[in-house]
Amino acid sequence: MPKPANLSAKKPVGAQPENPAQLIVDGAVVENEWNLLPLGSDEEISARSLAPGKVILPLSVWLALREDLQGRKDEIGVWLDSDETADLIGEYAAELPLIAANFPAFTDGRGFTAARLLRQRYGFKGELRAVGNFIRDQLTYLKRCGFNSFAFQGEQPLQGLLASMQDFTDSYQTAVDQPLPIYRRRALA
Amino acid sequence: MYRYDEQDHKLIRERVAQFRGQTERYLAGELSEEEFLPLRLQNGLYVQRLAPMLRIAVPYGLMNSTQVRRLAHITRKYDKGYAHFTTRQNVQLNWPNLEDVPDILAELAEVEMHAVQTSGNCIRNTTTDQFAGVARDELVDPRPYCELIRQWSTFHPEFAFLPRKFKIAVCGAEEDRAAIRAHDIGVQIVKNDQGETGFQVFVGGGLGRTPIIGVAIRDFLPETHLLSYLEAIVRVYNQLGRRDNKFKARIKILVKAMGAEEFARRVEAEWEQIKDGAEQLTPEAIEWSKRFFPEPAYKTFSEGHGEAVLRDRAGEDKAFARWLERNTFPHRVDGYQAVTLSTKPTGIPPGDVTDRQLEAIAELADKYSFGEVRVTHEQNVVLADVEQEQLFDLWQEARKHGFATPNIGTLTDMICCPGGDYCSLANAKSIPVAEAIQRKFDDLDYLYDLGDLDLNISGCMNACGHHHIGHIGILGVDKKGEEFYQVQLGGSANEKASLGKVLGPSFSRDEMPETIGKILDVFVENRQPEEFFIDTYNRIGLQPFKERVYAKAS
Ligand code: HEM
Ligand code: SF4
Repeated sequence: MPKPANLSAKKPVGAQPENPAQLIVDGAVVENEWNLLPLGSDEEISARSLAPGKVILPLSVWLALREDLQGRKDEIGVWLDSDETADLIGEYAAELPLIAANFPAFTDGRGFTAARLLRQRYGFKGELRAVGNFIRDQLTYLKRCGFNSFAFQGEQPLQGLLASMQDFTDSYQTAVDQPLPIYRRRALA
Repeated sequence: MYRYDEQDHKLIRERVAQFRGQTERYLAGELSEEEFLPLRLQNGLYVQRLAPMLRIAVPYGLMNSTQVRRLAHITRKYDKGYAHFTTRQNVQLNWPNLEDVPDILAELAEVEMHAVQTSGNCIRNTTTDQFAGVARDELVDPRPYCELIRQWSTFHPEFAFLPRKFKIAVCGAEEDRAAIRAHDIGVQIVKNDQGETGFQVFVGGGLGRTPIIGVAIRDFLPETHLLSYLEAIVRVYNQLGRRDNKFKARIKILVKAMGAEEFARRVEAEWEQIKDGAEQLTPEAIEWSKRFFPEPAYKTFSEGHGEAVLRDRAGEDKAFARWLERNTFPHRVDGYQAVTLSTKPTGIPPGDVTDRQLEAIAELADKYSFGEVRVTHEQNVVLADVEQEQLFDLWQEARKHGFATPNIGTLTDMICCPGGDYCSLANAKSIPVAEAIQRKFDDLDYLYDLGDLDLNISGCMNACGHHHIGHIGILGVDKKGEEFYQVQLGGSANEKASLGKVLGPSFSRDEMPETIGKILDVFVENRQPEEFFIDTYNRIGLQPFKERVYAKAS
């Protein structure tokens, strides 16, 4: 058996996703209103100690506090690390305003699957945010898998990256953005 | 043959533009080496020992003569005037300049070609039987399915960054000529009792450092679900495949670690969720894809007519008879035969062709085979639809261009990777070994007497030359900076696929022809009439070979 997604608090803490001041949402550059909480801060986080405002919690923290945070539903998001699969959020996804998926390295493609499943299987309608080390050359793929929000690491002139969202204007296979694969669209024609 | 429509053209043009931008950013220092690497790999571009290497995709090995001519032009304009056919039915250029690659891709795009996903950790070019559509033992032509898989996998947004490269092969015939059990996914087309078309699905095969023969996880997958099932497999792999160690990242390691049953259970569970979704291959979609592979305009010949002509010709000309015997393949249509053009004359790296030869191939295809050619995974070229009456003329022309070496399927028709002459990963050279063996065994009568025999050579354990699945496999190994060669026996790539076993300690390059000679002697002494090497080996085992090869001189 491969190791199942490691959910214990002992999870080794690698490079954590950043939380830049600006990001791209729905094709426009906007201010970041959310505060992403990295894993591994020593303090015990409790529902009460959690600062007010919009926060994105690591999955393990969110799972532990979910019940207690019911009253703040609209301002609590959650982020998945790359070894955490979408089914760990499962049906709860539909209630969340924001889910982020971390790309510890841009070559780690697990977040693409997580995104598609959140959108297509678990009915997630909110902001789906890519965080971590993804790169602009992946924007069309990320978008197709259901991401609508892109928090690039570090300072970047985001305006200059927008063009890459249109690298491909059509696609062969079905994905979140395309209900029918090309072979079915063509066969209809 | 699949023809692009406006959407295909647009997608490929957009891809070229994207890569042009990426190359410019890289050259301007805006894209790091690390970031550029996977992007260039997904466009077929390696950086090698002597120069970059560009791998051009030939979907399921099929090309038309216009495309072949364009390749000839590209090798002349951007390279050193030759190209290389690979075991994945693609074409490689060994000497392009990095700066020229966007232009090369633009030239390819004009003739409906590209280098998309010929490398990198994504779903690679789907491969199949070079005799697809013409073989007598074929149940169903695999090419329409290959094309659907190509479309599904091209720029697949979810699977462009898998743990590792991913290869799919499809076989539609009884004999597996596509080595499907040596692929991450092997698809065997089958029919059920009701005569419906479906697929037997193998997973977890692969060569390299840990060679494994794939196992069947489903015996009958209905036709309509092909792509959703593939998607389920790749999705499970994308989520659970190891990413901490590139040598353990292939799906074969996951399947082995989990057990094929548990893996299959997970795939089925995933598939249940998506099987009735948009990915379904409706009858219209299948029909649409089949329309690209219509039967060519065959003439009608009376049964046996062409064969009579050939018999006469062959009776008069022994050289022609030999070629006919080894380099042609029976055709399901009366009066036709498939021809393999050998790229393996002695002294030429297996799979290498010059620009002139490429043009000659295009011309022969136009003249004799409806303008189409196929690349084989043994690194040769097939003209699939030749009239028997024209075989003699074709043979004479092929001879002029150096393609008619009558050795297909024999010892000297070896698969061989570029090895230390080109490849920066090599432990040893492989081309000179191939040549030395070809020189020693240049007696055609002896070769024919040995019968079908696969000799495969790789310069390192990455196994580009498929050494694990050669009846005789040769692997370059490094011992304290010196080149040595390990011999393996008993591998095979067909429906009875098996992995070779190591014979014993390795040999120096000089010892190789001699060693192969001893192995063949043991075979000849032990074989039953007409038995093939692999069958004799399976009957007598490794030991007699070992004893002879390592015998102390007395
Ligand atoms: C000179 C440039 C080449 C380089 C740098 C290269 C690199 C590699 C590497 C690193 C692997 C191992 C991947 C793994 O772990 O499975 C591999 C495997 C392979 N390569 Fe190459 N290769 C080159 C040329 C070729 C050529 C010319 C061919 C065909 C003739 C080829 C066909 C293959 C095949 C069939 C495998 C086996 C993979 C499997 O099924 O497990 N490669 N190559
Ligand atoms: S087997 Fe090794 S030496 Fe040969 S081409 Fe592949 S990586 Fe290079």
